[in-house]
Amino acid sequence: MSAVRDRESAPVITGVGVVAPNGLDRETWWRATLEGSSGLGRISRFDPAGYPVTVAGEATGFRAADHAPARLVAETDAMTQYAFAAANEALADAGVAEDSLADLDMAAITANSSGGVEFGQRELQKLYSEGPQAVGAYMSIAWFYAATTGQLSIRHGMRGPCGVLCSEQAGGLDVLAQARRVLAKGTRLVLSGGTDASLSPYGLVCQLSNGRLSEEPRPERAFVPFDPAAGGYVPGEGGAILVVESAADARARGAGRIYAELAGYAATTDPRPGSGRPPGIRRALELALADAGTAPEDIDVVFADGYGVPELDRQEAEAVTGVFGPAGVPVTVPKTMTGRLYAGGAALDVAAAVLALRDQVIPPSVNVRPDPAHHLDLVTDRPREASLRTALVLARGYGGFNAAVVLRAA
Amino acid sequence: MSSISFDDLKAVIGRCIGEADGQEITEGDLGTPFTDLGYDSLAVLEIASQLQREYGLKIPDEAIESMESPQAVIDYVNTSLAAV
Repeated sequence: MSAVRDRESAPVITGVGVVAPNGLDRETWWRATLEGSSGLGRISRFDPAGYPVTVAGEATGFRAADHAPARLVAETDAMTQYAFAAANEALADAGVAEDSLADLDMAAITANSSGGVEFGQRELQKLYSEGPQAVGAYMSIAWFYAATTGQLSIRHGMRGPCGVLCSEQAGGLDVLAQARRVLAKGTRLVLSGGTDASLSPYGLVCQLSNGRLSEEPRPERAFVPFDPAAGGYVPGEGGAILVVESAADARARGAGRIYAELAGYAATTDPRPGSGRPPGIRRALELALADAGTAPEDIDVVFADGYGVPELDRQEAEAVTGVFGPAGVPVTVPKTMTGRLYAGGAALDVAAAVLALRDQVIPPSVNVRPDPAHHLDLVTDRPREASLRTALVLARGYGGFNAAVVLRAA
Repeated sequence: MSSISFDDLKAVIGRCIGEADGQEITEGDLGTPFTDLGYDSLAVLEIASQLQREYGLKIPDEAIESMESPQAVIDYVNTSLAAV
């Protein structure tokens, strides 16, 4: 429990960049999201016929060469290339002149889960088919969890306290907490958020082991969280990069837009399976509200994690209704249009939440026929105009990670 | 093949760095350190690996460390090829 912080030193989001399956830049993605236009489809990057999972959210049409020089493209995996594009967009959006800040005052802190799995698969294939001499030198850095943070740090001259967080889908919120910590210690600007790319054959097989992926071949039925027919989730790629700085700094430099303040955050871990103790998602939610000094009635919209696995959907719905009451707050899952982006997932939900605050509209969850047993006021099919001041974003990562963030319009 | 030219080296770099965006080096860059041309140590390692494969050379690690510019690479490779 912390006291409500001084609003001047509060971290605020001033730039947003996006690469998603249903839109390769922020405004294109946001328009598609409000239109309910899904990016899910049959996997096209390789022939999925031999795999139990055939549907994914691919960032189709993305051209790395449009966002970074060839020599950087050659040494990076798609996960990092998405971050190059989203970081360019976020920094331009924030209107930060990078030379206006000392390199030690800026940091890149991103979430990662997939690693550079497509790049890694290519080099491993060279290893077993041609021998060690054929493996490229960039294998040493491209498939590493920290590759994206490192490349952003080098490219944008950010030599402050950089880092990478690996807590699967919760990572996109955990990085905001880490941004808050380093800003409190004097760092002036943080590139936050996360991107992932897990859609190579090897990457897909790695994911199959968690037993939570949807084997439904129809894209419009493959990922339907909170629906009686929920049967797992669909993987996706992409994510969001966010520019975070203090409210005082943003105002002092005349930032064009302050999207939202990071008002509260909390993370919990689930108990050991079979312990009989309750899952940690409700506690994360309550602790984030307490951290923000916010009552449940002050929350105008909830961006749910929406796992799409019946038992996990039930746990999350119980956490939400336990705090807000039955149908007590509008809930939405725009990731029904992208799939679960792992480290990019919660970061993209934060982007959706701050754009919802900007435009005073709640994006829909598509293809879902809500199970009445969950007692959720789920915004389906069409966007809902609403007076929005405060949004809550929930995220759960495989392995027992839970995180919650409260975002308040500045 | 008893020697390599600047164009041969440029082609090797193109094959391993995949350059086709107008950032390629020119003959005027021959004496410029790789670091000033925007190539990090891994890029030089990658270029050396490619040369080993294409020209059947064995380039020891310490030789790679001394390849500070495109000209140094050409000189080393041509000395090695002449000794074969």
